[in-house]
Amino acid sequence: MKTKVLPKKLIFQNVGILDPVKETNKKGNVLLVNGKITEIGKFELPNDVITINAQGLILTHGFCDLHVHFREPGNEDKETLESGSRAALAGGFTRVCTMPNTNPPIDSPESISYIIEKSKDCPIYIHPIGAVTKGQAGVEISEMGLMKDMGAVAFSDDGLPIQNGLVMRKALEYSTMLGVPIINHAEDSCLRCDGLMNEGNISTRLGLPGNPSIAESIMVYRDLQLAEITGAMLHVPHVSTAASVKHIKEMKSINNNITAEVTPHHLFFIDKDLFNYNTDLKVAPPIRNDISRKALINGIIEGTIDCIATDHAPHTLQDKETTFDLAAFGMIGLESCFGIVKKVLVDDESLSLLNLVKLLTVSPRKIMGFNYDLLKVGVEAELVLFDPNENWIFEKKNVFSQSINSPFYGQELSGKIKYTVSKGYISQIS
Amino acid sequence: MLTHKHLLGLENFPKEDIQKIIDTAFNFREVLDRPIKKVPSLQGITVVNLFFENSTRTRISFELAQKRLSADTVNFSASTSSLKKGESFKDTAQNIEAMKIDAVVLRHPAPGAPKHLTEFIDAKIINAGDGTHEHPTQAILDMMSLQEKFGEIKDLNVAIVGDIEHSRVARSNIYGLVKMGANVTLCGPPNLIPNTIVELGVGVNYNIDEVVEWADAINVLRIQKERMGIGLIPSEREYRKLFGITEERIKRNDKEIVIMHPGPMNRGVEIDSGVADSEQAIILDQVLNGVASRMSVLYLLLGTKDGDMK
Repeated sequence: MKTKVLPKKLIFQNVGILDPVKETNKKGNVLLVNGKITEIGKFELPNDVITINAQGLILTHGFCDLHVHFREPGNEDKETLESGSRAALAGGFTRVCTMPNTNPPIDSPESISYIIEKSKDCPIYIHPIGAVTKGQAGVEISEMGLMKDMGAVAFSDDGLPIQNGLVMRKALEYSTMLGVPIINHAEDSCLRCDGLMNEGNISTRLGLPGNPSIAESIMVYRDLQLAEITGAMLHVPHVSTAASVKHIKEMKSINNNITAEVTPHHLFFIDKDLFNYNTDLKVAPPIRNDISRKALINGIIEGTIDCIATDHAPHTLQDKETTFDLAAFGMIGLESCFGIVKKVLVDDESLSLLNLVKLLTVSPRKIMGFNYDLLKVGVEAELVLFDPNENWIFEKKNVFSQSINSPFYGQELSGKIKYTVSKGYISQIS
Repeated sequence: MLTHKHLLGLENFPKEDIQKIIDTAFNFREVLDRPIKKVPSLQGITVVNLFFENSTRTRISFELAQKRLSADTVNFSASTSSLKKGESFKDTAQNIEAMKIDAVVLRHPAPGAPKHLTEFIDAKIINAGDGTHEHPTQAILDMMSLQEKFGEIKDLNVAIVGDIEHSRVARSNIYGLVKMGANVTLCGPPNLIPNTIVELGVGVNYNIDEVVEWADAINVLRIQKERMGIGLIPSEREYRKLFGITEERIKRNDKEIVIMHPGPMNRGVEIDSGVADSEQAIILDQVLNGVASRMSVLYLLLGTKDGDMK
């Protein structure tokens, strides 16, 4: 991957312009001058312009990921804001929201401004999510108002579910005056117990403690009901079970303030794939069975699930190269995301490319209240160009994260990111 | 010798190899009855007993098997190791590998640890119990004991009674017995029998009296005291009443039911002393067969050629 400052004038020629807002896909040219879009479609080519012939490629909004872990501060051996940005660019992402479970956690206006300051020079837009509770301890709500003033876009204790229903209720109520979503990692810790993988016939065979689906869905159900009585915005992260999808669908029919995301890995793998105790597949919530996987896909197709989020969770080799019980939860996901969801949802299922792009662009931006109409003259260029037809094998050389904990190596993916334009930079991805 | 390089578990271990191990174990059993109980089969072979979890009988059984085969053995247990200094499992294993050993007998609390070990060392690996996953040599010695008693395992009605969910002995026995053609029924509290276990080809019956009436042999599992008090088993007396192999239950049936137990026993809880010490209990035969079975496994994985066991 090569990242350069955008030339003064740059034109993408003969490109398929896929506008997920206007819902159009037309061939044409796109001119960027000083990092802004100045012409779209058919127009007279200016002088002194650098041209990229983008024949066969699709140009659309840069992707937006509501769920990444960039590990800074505290675990810079796993990822930094800088290295995470490179991983994002390689995956076509121009905007991400970082989870606050760093060390120390991002639970104060000072720590929010630390992330804002440190990410200023990064080549993508990084929005910090603040902790719902102080120290992510699940007891006292944090200074959400002050954090929002400093730039927090949402609140979450991700990784640590808010077990206490009263704390969750009070946090939701409090957030209504701020108008930002609460994102609760839904998992009842008592039902999860010491669960390490999905509870089912595979966990029984492997002798690994199971984490039952209901540990998630029971808390999703609680959160949905609390959202209803409080009127707060609730975003359900990394939905993994069929029952959760069912509850979300039901509640969405009467409450417009609920949104939900699914990760690429929950759409791709099933618990049978853990037969070899592969620690790269150890993740929270766990990889479920095929019934849940299919329910997630249907949830996307019928619109119950709003967006794709990677839950990019870098870990060092020694965190993963150990016995299954001790291995860390999580996997990286930014670089492989598009190729996976294009394959699973468009190639194997009936989703249109336009709807897939919406799941990665307009939908997540709407949830966070970001500007989502990006293919307009005068807008700062935040774009991705991909080849929708290229099949490629995901390998370590495709990874730009500081960590390499991915279970996708050797998998054939469909659709490849070629260029990402973000914050005045253009990255060419090989 | 065997089609597999390691003995990680019985789930994916071929029936023919299991039968070969049992048949060879009977030959070694004969060695154990000699005045000089030693053969030179594994002379010059070095085996490490790598025990990351407390064990007395399994470790002694393996060590005896190695000594009877004239192998050189080294014992390594977690309490005396560098694990306490924070060294990773991988580093410990690679260090041992660097000392040029031929085989590792591994006992580890983590399910999958033996499989994990094969990823970074070349020695042959024998699983001596990995958490709640498998304990293949225990199942082999149990099957050998059944074959000794009944002549054949096929079509036997074998009950396994106890905490199935947390039992590696149960899992390995299920895989082995189902492969060998036995009928297997599990019995125990419903909250300790995963409902997906029937997919392994076994039946489940929570009524111990029906199970006793049905069974030719009962493998009684040890009830772990640490399972008490966390909502799994209310009390010892209730367990004994509902699932205990009591003298009264055994005497109620006319036929002779063979009783097995992997040890150590909680007398008066899962098994009455009168049953454990009765003629029909083959618990001590299991112990002796354990040494013979482990000799057979070691020999078939590490020996140079067939028939060389003089």
